[in-house]
Amino acid sequence: MKTVIIKYNAGNVQSVMYALDRIGVNYLWTDDEAEIRSADKVIFPGVGEASTAMSYLREKGLDKVIPSLTQPVLGTCVGMQLMCRHSEENNTDCMGIFDIDVKRFDSSNFKVPHVGWNNIFDMTSPLTAGLSENAYMYFVHSYYAELSQYTVAKCDYVQPFSAMLQKDNFHAAQFHTEISGKEGQVIIENFLKL
Amino acid sequence: MLTKRIIPCLDIKDGRTVKGTNFVNLRDAGDPVELGAIYAEQGADELVFLDITATVDNRKTLIDLVRNVARHVNIPFTVGGGISSVEDVSALLNAGADKVSINSSAVRRPELINELALQFGSQCIIVAIDTRFVPTDKGISEHIVHTHGGRKPTELRTIQWAKEVEDRGAGEILLTSMDTDGTKAGFANELTSLISTNSSIPIIASGGAGTMEHFKEVFTTGKADAGLAASIFHFKEIDIIDLKTYLKAEGISMRL
Repeated sequence: MKTVIIKYNAGNVQSVMYALDRIGVNYLWTDDEAEIRSADKVIFPGVGEASTAMSYLREKGLDKVIPSLTQPVLGTCVGMQLMCRHSEENNTDCMGIFDIDVKRFDSSNFKVPHVGWNNIFDMTSPLTAGLSENAYMYFVHSYYAELSQYTVAKCDYVQPFSAMLQKDNFHAAQFHTEISGKEGQVIIENFLKL
Repeated sequence: MLTKRIIPCLDIKDGRTVKGTNFVNLRDAGDPVELGAIYAEQGADELVFLDITATVDNRKTLIDLVRNVARHVNIPFTVGGGISSVEDVSALLNAGADKVSINSSAVRRPELINELALQFGSQCIIVAIDTRFVPTDKGISEHIVHTHGGRKPTELRTIQWAKEVEDRGAGEILLTSMDTDGTKAGFANELTSLISTNSSIPIIASGGAGTMEHFKEVFTTGKADAGLAASIFHFKEIDIIDLKTYLKAEGISMRL
């Protein structure tokens, strides 16, 4: 099996690589279109700011490559947000795989960013198979994807929002699977088994 | 519901954990990686590694340690101690640290917080504030920021500095009260509450934990988002699982 982590300027992906090492999976870290297209599984991680990340993806043509992929794709954190239509973070047009918007949490009554462990519920993703309802995952984000027909797991902070999304072969998680303990590892393992 | 976090802190010198521990099942009590993995297994929500030597010579040792921790630990961890530049942070994050904590360097040059937040995102920048309640020349006592492990007073008032670091882009504040640190008489709840209420970023309270009730107080009265402690965990005076079970029974949101 060939697993590719998409290389772009979205901060630190070392934790993602180590998580795959712990599972014992080989991977390639690349922005090369041919390598990405020939992969069995594609991981699209992200830490950072949406507009900077989108400009880089456009520059490399990856904004066209990623939505056209047919193998299982897993986007996490900012990766998930970039797979949506638009982000309020610096008013950024994103890839539009999920036809929904990413908005900023209302900070009038809550601390923003949403940092720490929160439970996910209403889980219908194949990636959460084997996890108990209300499993805890580690979140760090100021922007959220609204609830939609693509929501396959929810989380509640300020209001309910999409913890996970799925459309066909595209899977996404707002939380950091790679540092969410054993439960986070289950999600990565389930994805690799798809 | 977002949970409150319990964070053990490990002091590191020359790549080894200092202050012994009485974990009987440890092969090597000085191995930060093994200790970190055990804490993660017991339900710690995050880990903090504080390099207390923090000299240039030790930097490579620290980077190796961070790489090793990241390989073996599946919860978030922060590295602090002697971090003073974008390059320092870059090296630690590239080695697998999830967050870094800066202290004296931010006091020396507050713009560093802006630079780091811009370069790496606020989410991975913790500003540590060591504070002490001291008499001032105005004849009253005030909470004043200290550096050098709490020994050296600065001109900065703690409450104002906390606001400033938030405005400059800090993602979290690690607030250590030098008045309560080491006393085991409880956290500085009043000050923690004041800063937490005044702030829109999470506050990690540190200094003074001696009993499980102290953690309950810091989350209720102190309005802290996370509680950090070192020796009470290392010496097993408080077991993390017992602590989290107790807090949950007391109505505090906990990951168990």
